[in-house]
Amino acid sequence: MIGIKKWLATPVTDTQITRKGRLWLYALVTLIIIFLVLPSLIVIPMSFSESQYLEFPPKQWSTLWYERYFDSPLWLAATSTSLKAALLTTLFATPAGVLAAYGLFTCTFGWRRYIFLLLIAPMMIPVILIGIAVFYMFVKVNLVNTLLGLVLAHTVLALPLVIIVTIAGLKNFDMNQERVARSLGASRIIAFLTVTLPQIRFSVISGALLAFLTSFDEVIIALFIAGSDNATITRIMFLALRDQIDPTIASISTIIIILTITLLTISQLFGKKPDE
Amino acid sequence: MMTTHQLADANAGLLARAAQREQWALLGLTMPAFVLVFLVMLLPVLWLFGLSFLNDEGQFSLENYQRLVESKSYARIFRTTFEVSILTTLICALLGYPLAYLFSQLPSKKANLLMIAVLLPFWTSLLVRTYAWLVLLQRRGVINDWGMSLGFWEEPLKLVHNLSGTLIGMVHIMLPLMILPLYGGMKTISADYTRAAANLGAGPVRVFTTVFLPLSLPGLLAGAMIVFVLCLGFFVTPSLLGGGRVIMLSMRIQTDIELFYNWGAASALGVVLLIFTLLIFYLSMRFLRMKQWMESN
Repeated sequence: MIGIKKWLATPVTDTQITRKGRLWLYALVTLIIIFLVLPSLIVIPMSFSESQYLEFPPKQWSTLWYERYFDSPLWLAATSTSLKAALLTTLFATPAGVLAAYGLFTCTFGWRRYIFLLLIAPMMIPVILIGIAVFYMFVKVNLVNTLLGLVLAHTVLALPLVIIVTIAGLKNFDMNQERVARSLGASRIIAFLTVTLPQIRFSVISGALLAFLTSFDEVIIALFIAGSDNATITRIMFLALRDQIDPTIASISTIIIILTITLLTISQLFGKKPDE
Repeated sequence: MMTTHQLADANAGLLARAAQREQWALLGLTMPAFVLVFLVMLLPVLWLFGLSFLNDEGQFSLENYQRLVESKSYARIFRTTFEVSILTTLICALLGYPLAYLFSQLPSKKANLLMIAVLLPFWTSLLVRTYAWLVLLQRRGVINDWGMSLGFWEEPLKLVHNLSGTLIGMVHIMLPLMILPLYGGMKTISADYTRAAANLGAGPVRVFTTVFLPLSLPGLLAGAMIVFVLCLGFFVTPSLLGGGRVIMLSMRIQTDIELFYNWGAASALGVVLLIFTLLIFYLSMRFLRMKQWMESN
């Protein structure tokens, strides 16, 4: 008891506010943290509930909704389309983004900043506008409902993230190292691949991960241009949820959450800087 | 015979030209990305821009914009969009500020650990989070279940498929985007300032209102701008949690196309949305001097 009293009476700021005087702040922030974290976490146990209304805590545990998912050709096909699109988007956006970031970073022309602005514009323009614009265009060039069309549109959305993350990495890299390599006879390409790239790999991996998640999580563009055979999982989830709350989606959500956390952990492990 | 002086001049010219060529080559590296963004985004958006100035017969007219100004249904959509965006931004600021404030004063290790609470929803799929709220808030969902069994209310409350559900979901999606710049800004405020103010005799409230609060405003504004702009064009969460009662701009654009196939109306609305968005970016960029930041990269 005395320990708690002393703990409460300890000043925690330079203005001598004690912990007791701050209890309201601790309580408020705890509530906000619960609000932030709970919805994403509560879905996991709820997906194992047997009830249609997914009660928590589940009265009866079951894997019913997982069986529904793995038995449905529609959901499985959509999952495979989403994974394919996300993988291809990563493969397109990462090299193109890293090249563009390197070019923008090393070039000294004053107007490179307009190119930078154009390249990050997909992040600033409302996605719904890009969605209908791309739909209009793709109808004309027969790319609607194709995987290629979807990947191209997602790549454009992912590029700004790869570019921004890579530029941030280049800023922390000492360019003199590349200059040394070149003055010792390495070509610019070799110097970049063997000296610069390994040292900015943390940024490049984060960029690739962001590109993957951007595509995998994208709803609006998929709604317009990913119909029939190339429907993505988010498109089907969205359309299903507009009509009714399908509990199968709880199992899919759990799988998506676990996939995201796995990817993040992998990128943290592989992307660690050598000095850490 | 050239003099050494002339030779040096000629060399300098060659070097300058080689340097110039290298600059162009470096700029060329941006080409794959540039061509993609140009073909898949810029060109179609410009095309749409042109489309918004055509009437049904394909002649130039301001008909589509005129309808936006005159029609009552569009006026309601504009009002809803702004109301929802302003409310979401305000609630995010009210919830985000105390959290960022407390985190910025904790020791780094603790703060970094607690930041996972902010980053976890940030990384979780938008659709998954919206679904989670749909399940939690539904008539027979967890919140109604618990609220009734604990005796807070008797009848199931209508928590979703209306404005309150939309706001809860949108605040949850946007809150991390408010907290991250806010927290970043607060971390740069040196403790020396508050210490000095306290030393000079200011009480806790006065130190906060006259020293800390003004210094944290740039971070708050950056967060508010990001949240507000994203709210203006928000589609997924209001469509699912609003239950057709909260119609935002982006939802109207979608129905104009899917249901009515009215490209003129949809593109005009899209252009207006784009202008609002760019205007807010421009104003806040000037304000926050983000231009300088961009030039320095």
